[in-house]
Amino acid sequence: MAGTALRGRLTWQVAKVAAVADETASVRTITLDVPDWPGHRAGQHLDIRLTDEDGYVAERSYSVASAPGEPVAITVERLDDGEVSPYLTDELRAGDDLELRGPIGGYFVWEPGDGGPLLLLAGGSGIVPLRSILRHRERTGSTVPVRLLYSSRTLDDVIYRVEFDMAASGVEVVHTLTRHQPPGWAGYARRVDAALLAEVAWPAAGTPLAYVCGPTSFVEAVSQALVQDGYPPQRVKTERFGATGGT
Amino acid sequence: MGPISRGFRRRRQDPAGSAGRVPPGQYVTKDFPVLSAGPTPPTALDRWSFSVGRGGQQKTWSWAEFRALPSQDVTVDIHCVTRWSKLDTAWQGVSVDMLLDLAGHDGPFAMAHCDGGYTTNLPVADLTGGKAWVAYAYDGQPLAPEHGGPARLLVPHLYFWKSAKWVRSLELRDTNEPGFWENYGYHIYGDPWREQRYAGD
Amino acid sequence: MEAVDGNAIGGLLLEVFGTEMTDAPSVCVSCGDARQVAELVVYLRGPGTVVRCRSCGSVLMVFVTIHDRTCVDLMGLAVLG
Repeated sequence: MAGTALRGRLTWQVAKVAAVADETASVRTITLDVPDWPGHRAGQHLDIRLTDEDGYVAERSYSVASAPGEPVAITVERLDDGEVSPYLTDELRAGDDLELRGPIGGYFVWEPGDGGPLLLLAGGSGIVPLRSILRHRERTGSTVPVRLLYSSRTLDDVIYRVEFDMAASGVEVVHTLTRHQPPGWAGYARRVDAALLAEVAWPAAGTPLAYVCGPTSFVEAVSQALVQDGYPPQRVKTERFGATGGT
Repeated sequence: MGPISRGFRRRRQDPAGSAGRVPPGQYVTKDFPVLSAGPTPPTALDRWSFSVGRGGQQKTWSWAEFRALPSQDVTVDIHCVTRWSKLDTAWQGVSVDMLLDLAGHDGPFAMAHCDGGYTTNLPVADLTGGKAWVAYAYDGQPLAPEHGGPARLLVPHLYFWKSAKWVRSLELRDTNEPGFWENYGYHIYGDPWREQRYAGD
Repeated sequence: MEAVDGNAIGGLLLEVFGTEMTDAPSVCVSCGDARQVAELVVYLRGPGTVVRCRSCGSVLMVFVTIHDRTCVDLMGLAVLG
């Protein structure tokens, strides 16, 4: 393998924070200026490494929120007892250095050639890589039909809400709000279960392709229900964050 | 070392009253983090047993027999090698001194064996003298499965990876063989006060 | 914390093997279960990273990083990549 050209891909490099933007009260998108970024695929992630003055190191993984071709961005949810996430959502600012490694991932990725129809299922901050897939689909002019089922605690917790409200043609967005719904809410108001999935998911007969991302319990429940509904396991791609997300 | 991340500090809470109680490199947490190398084993109490011994000579207790043994309530500080420490944790369990006496066995070393296959090794000298228990209650409640219930080893003077969850036996041995993490480079002894995290420390 | 999956060790595998591995095939030496690395069960944040078979729970891989060196044990795999 050629040496220098691939270093940015296989090793840690220092990026600069170009901008930070709050998505919700506890979620922030960080746009990065990455000098040796080789480009990425929709659905991939990168690893972040923080070092304190004593040399203590903390590493975490975050999905890339932007589409291939757009500036690299990650979206981070602040976990109250997290070690890394509060730093990224509250302290980090434009001009800061951020050490990262990536892009990473060859499984939870989508390209227009992979076809569909696409079923995207997000639990909380599991929406991030799916948003990259949606933006990639739009930027490439793909007409693969998409249904996004997005589970959040409350309407205020919905990330990229305005973007999804103006969803591109061929994209149906279905929200479920599990903890609290605004007055007059006519949408789903419970955790995703087999019955809800049966109403929203593409029928298995049409060879759909599913991407499920979120906390481990969400991904297990949803992926098992899809397989029980006839989705071939190899057509259900999963990415589990664990109970505490990306911390 | 990578660039210093401006404004990033590792957790280093030092609440009042903790002076001298926090080993080097640790921070104090109010949580009780769950760290595991595998899934929580589903051990039914009617199939649970605990054994002490070596080879074919084991003293074994059923759950009912074990719970009938005299127990102790202890409040101790615990220190995980992943750097969190938790102060004043309250446990109930049977002292390993008593279990070794009842088993009538001895040996310079022990290997703890657990549901799920985890092992860790300790000198018997660190399991006796009131330094270790097999604990089945935490904070006044039956020990939760994710924290090692039905019962776990509790050896608070060593890093908490030695306090093996889901413990089922103490195998007495003549030699000090490394257990699961020790095999991969963690310290064979693990004294938090000498910061013995890794082999060679 | 709860188990995650092989996606979470993509960076670690990239560093250890020098190539993308999340879509690599794996076969469990104990039960023969075959699936891509991304779908294996991963326990992070402990003293080390433990990767288990989704079917039988056997330990497939263990990664321990001490002082910038990573020890890799692949004893549970019949096939990787």
